[in-house]
Amino acid sequence: MPTKERQIVIPGQMLGTTSANRAGRGTFIEKGKIYAERLGVLNMQDKFIHIIALKGRYDPVVGDMVIGVVEEAATSNWMVDINAPYPALLHVNEVPWEIEFADTEKYLNTGDTILAKVLSVDESKKLQVTLNDRNLFKLKGGHIIEFEPSLYRRIIGKKFSMIEIIQKYSRCRIKVGKNGRIWIDGEADGIEKVLQAIATIESEAISYGLTSRIEGLLKKDTKDVR
Amino acid sequence: MTVVPSIKRDYITKLASEGKRIDGRSFNQYRPIEIKTKVVNKAEGSARVKIGKTQVLVGIKMSLGEPFADSPNMGVLSTAAELIPLASPDFEAGPPREDAIELARVVDRGVRESEVVDVEKLVITPGEKVWIVFIDIHILDYDGNLFDAASLGALAALSTTVVPAKRFEAELPEGYPKEDYPLPMAEPPISCTTVKINDYVLFDPCFDEEIIADARLTVATDNHGDIRAMQKGLSGSFTQEEIQKVIKGALDNGQEIRKQLNHSTGK
Amino acid sequence: MKSDIELINSEGKRLDGRGPEDLRKIKIEAGVLHRADGSCYLEWGGNKVLVAVYGPREALPRHTQNPLRAIVQARYNMAAFSVEDRKRPGPDRRSVEISKVISEALEKVILVEQFPRATVNVNIEVLDAEAGTRCAGLTAAGVALVDAGIPLRDIPVACAAGKIGGKVVLDLGKEEDNFGDADLPIAIAPRTGEVLLLQMDGHFTFDEFNHAFDLAVKGCHTVSELQKEAIITKYQTVAEEVQE
Repeated sequence: MPTKERQIVIPGQMLGTTSANRAGRGTFIEKGKIYAERLGVLNMQDKFIHIIALKGRYDPVVGDMVIGVVEEAATSNWMVDINAPYPALLHVNEVPWEIEFADTEKYLNTGDTILAKVLSVDESKKLQVTLNDRNLFKLKGGHIIEFEPSLYRRIIGKKFSMIEIIQKYSRCRIKVGKNGRIWIDGEADGIEKVLQAIATIESEAISYGLTSRIEGLLKKDTKDVR
Repeated sequence: MTVVPSIKRDYITKLASEGKRIDGRSFNQYRPIEIKTKVVNKAEGSARVKIGKTQVLVGIKMSLGEPFADSPNMGVLSTAAELIPLASPDFEAGPPREDAIELARVVDRGVRESEVVDVEKLVITPGEKVWIVFIDIHILDYDGNLFDAASLGALAALSTTVVPAKRFEAELPEGYPKEDYPLPMAEPPISCTTVKINDYVLFDPCFDEEIIADARLTVATDNHGDIRAMQKGLSGSFTQEEIQKVIKGALDNGQEIRKQLNHSTGK
Repeated sequence: MKSDIELINSEGKRLDGRGPEDLRKIKIEAGVLHRADGSCYLEWGGNKVLVAVYGPREALPRHTQNPLRAIVQARYNMAAFSVEDRKRPGPDRRSVEISKVISEALEKVILVEQFPRATVNVNIEVLDAEAGTRCAGLTAAGVALVDAGIPLRDIPVACAAGKIGGKVVLDLGKEEDNFGDADLPIAIAPRTGEVLLLQMDGHFTFDEFNHAFDLAVKGCHTVSELQKEAIITKYQTVAEEVQE
């Protein structure tokens, strides 16, 4: 099976055997055979088989940077929607502020948006996030949009090249959460430009040279500004 | 219930203060409308309406029954709406909630009060036997403005409705037509909905605009430029001046939408 | 109910011109709704069904949660205008039963242990009904689950066989369903052949049952190919986009 080709796989499709291959993410094993468990693109490197999902809910992994929306404030924690199947808990010890008992609402309230990191995922999928990192904070102003989480890598580009180019030409601050949310801050036309670029990335059929094509699109628009 | 990020609310409001909307439309502008009729074989009439990403399916069924005691010379119109869980993660299964009931009643009023269906022509034997017309509204995909999508769907479905006289042949009296015939229809009123966000009035709200709206106003107007039904919703308020503005916008948009409706129903 | 109509003639030709082992025309389209996590529109003869999948998401109210795995909640619903005589909106005993057996069938192929405390909601709307809506609904649900990116062991598929005029045939149509001798809707996991749903009413001999069962399984495999085709058609271009 060629490894470079972008072969689409569907649930139940046989991909290899445990004697010849190693099964990775998005696969399951039954009677010595490896099958796809979800819709995706096959990725086979050496003997390692895994599937890059094309669709589906965000599956949180410890260390992921995510954009969360506060659902409710309790006395010693907040519940945060991070676009995963389950809400995540943010404990008062995991925020950079000194919080007195039951004073949580003063700092974060329902509808507030935060840039957070996944702190833990336990066996029963109980999730915790943290704000204890200098790169993490409450987001103020700007705009927030959602995208299919599987497109995360395409949106940030190789080594963040795509997002850097978009930031440069739109003069916006952009934060991309692995959970399928983007926060954009800047002037209204700048934000519009970012939305256009993201929509293009989502709809473009061919990914080769996508970064330079997006750059071309953004350049064209900025001409009159300069 | 989905929590709306305050950022989104602030952004939509800020854009509005600059005369803009999140999808690039002007305040009075509708999203693209698509009307497809005769989409359900089992129904006497049917239509699927798309306004942007909102999708509504309306089916008409007819049967024979007794008229209401207080209106022996009128057929019966009955409108029901279901916000089925298919259409939105926030819609739940179960009996219609007040949202669905309000929606059905607003559509019903638009159809009934405008006399678009001549209910007197639905009488077979006064006080005894009349046609009952059931308008059932199925929401398939929810991206705001169900009021306009549902009433447009109802009108398009009614316009293509064929009275199933042949199927009910045995129950119809002598001299009554036994062949199917089109439901007699008058020129339809068109309903146009706005929401108010802060002091800005926006036509055809999308989902993001609708969930942060302070107030909502629906105005149905006819082809003579008259007003045929209105409904104000949500806890915010309108000034008289704003209401007049909405009526004017509803007349303009209504003309355009009526053309499209007539075109798609072959009139 | 018996009738004088000859449902199948001596040459094995049926009322709608099909042979004994022919399916009605089937059309499947994946990903048709924007709000749902996954969706599918399917036409099967005169049936039209639309399915939306939501989830996995936290099961609420909390007492419905299973701490070890996801629950599957299918809801089969017939639109009021989908049948000859208007159906009162809302669930009746028939749709509650169908919802239950479909939920159970789907649960077997969804990798539910990956999502403790969660639910997967499968909303099946019958918009136009003409015999065989549960098979159409379950088949569309299979495609919608894939479209939602839900982990599955296999893509479930359904098809019915039955008996008309004393002969075993595939996929009963409208009159055949009303006046036939027996109906056997089944759903399988096509990869393993496991039976996920099975109902039967009417009258079969042991041999007739085996014949009908084999025929229904064969039908399932044919429909399974159509499901796969619909998914690949939808995602072929997308597949080419995925990351460099």
